[in-house]
Amino acid sequence: MRKSLPWACAAVLAVQASFSSGADGARGRQLYESRCIGCHSIEDNRAGPAHKGVFGRKAGMAKGFDYSPALKSSKLIWNERTLDRWLANPEATIPGQKMGFSVPDSLDRADIIEYLRTAR
Amino acid sequence: MNQVIVPGRRGFLGGTAKLSAVAIAMLAGKEALAAGHAAAQMDSKDVDILNVALGLEWEGINAYTLGAQSGLLQKPVLDTAVRFQADHKEHADTLAGAIRKLGGKPVEPKSLNDYARALKADTLKSQADVLNLAARLELGATNAYLGVIPAFKSPALAQVAARLAADEVMHWTILNSALGRPLPAGGMPFGA
Repeated sequence: MRKSLPWACAAVLAVQASFSSGADGARGRQLYESRCIGCHSIEDNRAGPAHKGVFGRKAGMAKGFDYSPALKSSKLIWNERTLDRWLANPEATIPGQKMGFSVPDSLDRADIIEYLRTAR
Repeated sequence: MNQVIVPGRRGFLGGTAKLSAVAIAMLAGKEALAAGHAAAQMDSKDVDILNVALGLEWEGINAYTLGAQSGLLQKPVLDTAVRFQADHKEHADTLAGAIRKLGGKPVEPKSLNDYARALKADTLKSQADVLNLAARLELGATNAYLGVIPAFKSPALAQVAARLAADEVMHWTILNSALGRPLPAGGMPFGA
């Protein structure tokens, strides 16, 4: 039974890898334009912070944006995993933050994250 | 552009009467504050959402100012833009009033120059450019309001968000028509 554990882990990793590589950045861009553009843009701070270079950046560091203290003091680095948690439930990820919007569907999140990865 | 419908402007008294009705609903939501600290925390989260929404409304108001000042809008489109701006001012008043009633501090608008920079107003070269920008913002606001409805602790505030989203849809539909675009295919195109 124990020997099967590494195989299980490998299977999970394989699924994660295929999920990651299967994300559709073009669809993510459409979703971004539809759902995120009310508050965000890639280039400029609006009601929400600019997303240019968000991937790999420490949370709360978009230049010139007035973040909540909770987000500013967060130690999160934005990557696939943390962005997925954030978009699924911002308040559970960083209690005290201000975003009331979430993206419930995991495939939608993956595609949006894939698009954000290219926003450099 | 002659397909644009120009509804009659609402008087300020009408707007004030509406605001009072909304304010009453919000005061009912504030009763939760008396229930203790946990309820107060919930309202604090609602205030945060309302303030983000207020930021969107300030942006909308200033976007229409930029459009009107561009000299690119002609009648009756200009009148429609002014009317839409008045709606956004009413939204902002409603949201700011609710934030104050819940004990919060309404976010202040940025400068017109800040909005011009963020919205790339210098790239607007035609009436269609202005309408495109407005339609994009109205659609974004629609989806933002629809998206935050589940996050409200107060059902009264969730209903206000739904009413605001309906106004944004009305604006978007008229702008979309003015741009000569077809209606979206299928039902439930907003919020998804």
